[in-house]
Amino acid sequence: MEETVAEFLRRTILKIPMYEMMTILKAWDFFPEEQLQTVNFRQRKEQLAVDLVLLCEKKSASLNDVALLDIIYTQAHRNHKVWDVFQMSEEPDDDVNLFDMEQFKSSFKKTLQRALRNVTVSFRNAEENAVWIRVAWGTQCSKPNQYKPTYVVYYPQTPYAFASLSTLKSTVPLLGQALKIASNHHQIMKMDLRSRHLDSLKAIVFKQYNQVFENHNSTKPLQERNLGQNRNVDPRLIHENTVEKERIQRITEETFGDYPQPQLEFAQYKLETKFKSDINRGILAEREEPLRCLVKFSSPHLLEALKSLAPAGIADAPLSPLLTCIPSKRKNYFKIRDK
Amino acid sequence: MSVLMPMDKLPGLNKATILLVGTEDALLQQLAEAMLQEDCASELQVHLAKSLPLPSNGSRPRIDLIVFVINLHSKYSFQNVEESLCHVDSRFFLGKLCFLATGAGQESHCSVHQSMVVKLAHTYRSPLLFCDLEVESFRASMAQRLVRMLQICAGHVPGVSALNLLSLLRSSESPSLEEL
Repeated sequence: MEETVAEFLRRTILKIPMYEMMTILKAWDFFPEEQLQTVNFRQRKEQLAVDLVLLCEKKSASLNDVALLDIIYTQAHRNHKVWDVFQMSEEPDDDVNLFDMEQFKSSFKKTLQRALRNVTVSFRNAEENAVWIRVAWGTQCSKPNQYKPTYVVYYPQTPYAFASLSTLKSTVPLLGQALKIASNHHQIMKMDLRSRHLDSLKAIVFKQYNQVFENHNSTKPLQERNLGQNRNVDPRLIHENTVEKERIQRITEETFGDYPQPQLEFAQYKLETKFKSDINRGILAEREEPLRCLVKFSSPHLLEALKSLAPAGIADAPLSPLLTCIPSKRKNYFKIRDK
Repeated sequence: MSVLMPMDKLPGLNKATILLVGTEDALLQQLAEAMLQEDCASELQVHLAKSLPLPSNGSRPRIDLIVFVINLHSKYSFQNVEESLCHVDSRFFLGKLCFLATGAGQESHCSVHQSMVVKLAHTYRSPLLFCDLEVESFRASMAQRLVRMLQICAGHVPGVSALNLLSLLRSSESPSLEEL
């Protein structure tokens, strides 16, 4: 085994937390079950890594095997990466092509290899027909950098791909090109949607977030539900605005629905608008160029936070449609300009 | 325009009613529960409202004290109080009304400057209390203070009236707005 591959393997193993080590190694399926039992998992991780690398050397692990292990680790820790969403489109008069996974994989790999002689491309099939792709980028003369890879999750039969882009920015156009060609699409563009939570992005893009799976008591009117909760309240305590509260609850439910919201960390609004004033005079009003401003809302769970604004009394209901349209418009980057 | 009147109803025997007005229901609820836990010779009733005017309700007892709760972290709560003040009869400003500002402890979260609430209280000649309602011990002591004020405003403390209390509080206040 080459030294660089051994080092790559060692570093990948060190990334894996101890409580997951057994599960991930089993999923990797490089060692048979009996051999894994012989490994001492009680020792310190550095020592364990050395032992595992030795075992891999005996079995002549290849670069591809280690890349596969890296994919498995990333799949288990997908929320550590930031994911962008790409949408592809076909020409209107294109024939409907039957999707062939093997053909896609080979075409993708070939496109990249033709452009940059040195790339490492690895694939792993996942649930729901999706394929995870890992690309390590090199140049015409240097070997691929295994520590800044790009991950792509592509759903065949849909025009969508989710990508965790490498910090090597120059690789993005080539990646887009390869995806487009391999999947027989005509155009590819990046959507204005980004988050760490891959599953939430999936739910938003495929419009699956508004499915409620449990049986809700949604037939019971709102008042009964609220009164039921307040049975233990002191009779000396009286709420004057119950009608208003019900209105807010109703509007919130109409806007956000009864289901848990997909998880996003931020929403960003870029404003480019001219200054508007009642007075119609003054330096700012005469300014020809629009004013530029950036507003960013951040939260560990942005949509749930927005949903709770009106019931908590921090904002009036209904909320601005700019905030509530995020899942339905499938974007969390907005540009607002004068019409 | 419906206006809340201080004297339009007869007082209940030994009853004292306070109205807490503020946008954040959770804070009001906690303060109300803290007040109701106090040992008090009078029969307390706490009404919570988001804003004024109140929905019309014939069975509502006479309100003895109104407390406007402003969260310094929220301009919305300040605006709400400003708008609600239009629906209060002027006789409440003779000691039966006070302002309570919460959230001063976290300076970085404050979007309403303290001087704004000070000016508001000064304009309406009413006392301004500061209390971080999210801290339980502060909330409990504020609840005690409000219960005592409520008893005075309801006339249950012999020898002290709401107007007396107002002038007592006024003289111990920090320097007037002109000197600030």
